[in-house]
Amino acid sequence: MILYALRRLAVAVVILLVICGATFAIFYLMPADPAQGACGKACSPERIAQIRTTLGLNHPVLIQFRDYLAGIVAGRSYGTGAQAVTCPIPCLGFSFQTNEPVWGLLTERLPVSVSIAVGAAALWLAVGVTAGVVSALRRGSVWDRAAMVAALGGVSLPVYFTALVLQYLLVVKAGVLPYPQAVALTDDPVGWAESMLMPWITLAMLYAGIYARITRGEMLESLGQNFVRTARAKGLPERTVLRRHALRPALMPIVTIFGMDLGALLGGALITESAFGLPGVGKLAADAINSADQPVILGVTLFAAGFVVLANVAVDLVYAALDPRVRAVG
Amino acid sequence: MSLLTVRDLSVEFPSGVRAVDGLDLELDAGRVLGVVGESGSGKSVTSLAVMGLLPPDTRTSGDIRFQGRQLTGAGPRALRALRGDRMAMIFQDPLSCLNPYYTVGFQIAEAYRAHRRAGRRAARDIAVRMLDRVGIPEPERRARAYPHEFSGGMRQRVLIAMALCLEPDLLIADEPTTALDVTVQAQILDLLRELRERSGTAIMLITHDMGVVAGLADDVVVMHGGRAVEHGAVRDVFYQPRAAYTRGLLACVPRVDGPLPERLPTLRTPAAGEPPEVTS
Ligand SMILES: Nc1ncnc2c1ncn2[C@@H]1O[C@H](COP(=O)(O)OP(=O)(O)OP(=O)(O)O)[C@@H](O)[C@H]1O
Ligand SMILES: [Mg+2]
Repeated sequence: MILYALRRLAVAVVILLVICGATFAIFYLMPADPAQGACGKACSPERIAQIRTTLGLNHPVLIQFRDYLAGIVAGRSYGTGAQAVTCPIPCLGFSFQTNEPVWGLLTERLPVSVSIAVGAAALWLAVGVTAGVVSALRRGSVWDRAAMVAALGGVSLPVYFTALVLQYLLVVKAGVLPYPQAVALTDDPVGWAESMLMPWITLAMLYAGIYARITRGEMLESLGQNFVRTARAKGLPERTVLRRHALRPALMPIVTIFGMDLGALLGGALITESAFGLPGVGKLAADAINSADQPVILGVTLFAAGFVVLANVAVDLVYAALDPRVRAVG
Repeated sequence: MSLLTVRDLSVEFPSGVRAVDGLDLELDAGRVLGVVGESGSGKSVTSLAVMGLLPPDTRTSGDIRFQGRQLTGAGPRALRALRGDRMAMIFQDPLSCLNPYYTVGFQIAEAYRAHRRAGRRAARDIAVRMLDRVGIPEPERRARAYPHEFSGGMRQRVLIAMALCLEPDLLIADEPTTALDVTVQAQILDLLRELRERSGTAIMLITHDMGVVAGLADDVVVMHGGRAVEHGAVRDVFYQPRAAYTRGLLACVPRVDGPLPERLPTLRTPAAGEPPEVTS
């Protein structure tokens, strides 16, 4: 099991390297000149040349890539002599816009993204799985049909639309919630929950439908399994049969997609954060794209990819812990 | 006294299929009743009806009496109390009948704890004892293993251990050896025979295999089209079959002591009610 974990982690590192390279290549191929971006509008050719040297843009791309990677694991410094700027580990460069270190920008915004992602995930998991199980148990009933239609509706609602409607109803009309702000959970738990509630609902509506449908399908399949019949033949109470023998296997695929979805969201719920104006990693990415702030875009991309890759490893490990057959193979 | 009496049992699925159609059968305590018949003759449906395991939307009529108690129309609670405790069942495909996510020890202990007050440890010990009883080596260690770590024959032993852990009065075995290879089949049948001698559990043994019936059963029911076309002691039915259908069925069994036929006779499925044709 430990060996399995180590092997998966090693693979994850390789994948991250590949992503890193691919992202870097994309930026290298982009027409925009990073030195121009770093310098701003009115900029003399000498100044640009100077910046090129400082950022190392005069080196071949492979050397630049090597320096970038080295910066992440060992830190680096830009420029020489008295003007040298050190960039501590893990160095992802500095924002062209604010000159702040990209890593600092990311970690500063991470709590908001994590709050949104984890809260929404808990909500959609609870609602989606429950609805799916009930639908499967009452297949063909009015409830089942209504739930599945609602699920389809939830999936197809655009986030911007849901966000606007929610804000209009809950903030403007009913006045029960404030406009969402970045409130730290540790400072003001109630304010935090109030701010996060609408983003949670918005995201959960998007995902709960998918989870309900998958759960329903998986549950129907596992209800037809022979071992469920065996469980009934033992005389187990129906509740135990359903929970232990039908639901447990049905949840296995849910674990997989849940890990992936959560991983992807931890790296920033881009649209949701923008829609509510919450300063998370997704908002950072959106702003960076609008201002062509290359180091930030690169940093956010890697950061988000890191979460997805880590989520993959976590899913594999959880899967191995839950399924004895996977454990045996790994 | 009769342990299980089935009178005029009919089972109809919502699809309109009448899988069992006026079936009568009888099984005395401690006896082995072989139930034979071609595929689709309603053997499995009958056993599920006795266990109360048919889907809720099936229509069942007639009488099923078990230990004098009426099972048709009994509530789910009453049936659940009997299932696994007084009557137990094992099925054809032993791998798919075990839950891959739990150890076999847990799954046996679970059967015990469904009906008896027992702590985890106590139930676990019983599971180990049962594994030992059905001939699984190193039961202590094997109780902690998962179904995929067992061979087919061992899995069937696990299912038997699970079914017998509360010493039921009736064991329904629905083609318990069909998925197994021949030597393992023989081992499982030996095990059933031995368990029956030791515990006096009555067995309703569903099978395609006339040889199995001859080797293990006291009585036999021949089913065809959802009803019993023949019911009697094995010896009588085998040597003096009354129904043409039974004669046809027996003609399909190759004999070790006879001449080897070019082709085995096959049984043409006749229209309902007609005797089958045997062609060579
Ligand atoms: N859940 C069900 N819904 C609808 N029809 C069913 C269902 N279960 C069984 N049947 C039908 O009932 C009939 C009898 O099936 P059953 O499984 O009892 O046959 P069997 O004698 O056990 O055959 P086999 O030897 O192949 O196991 C078949 O025609 C089958 O298609
Ligand atoms: Mg059958």
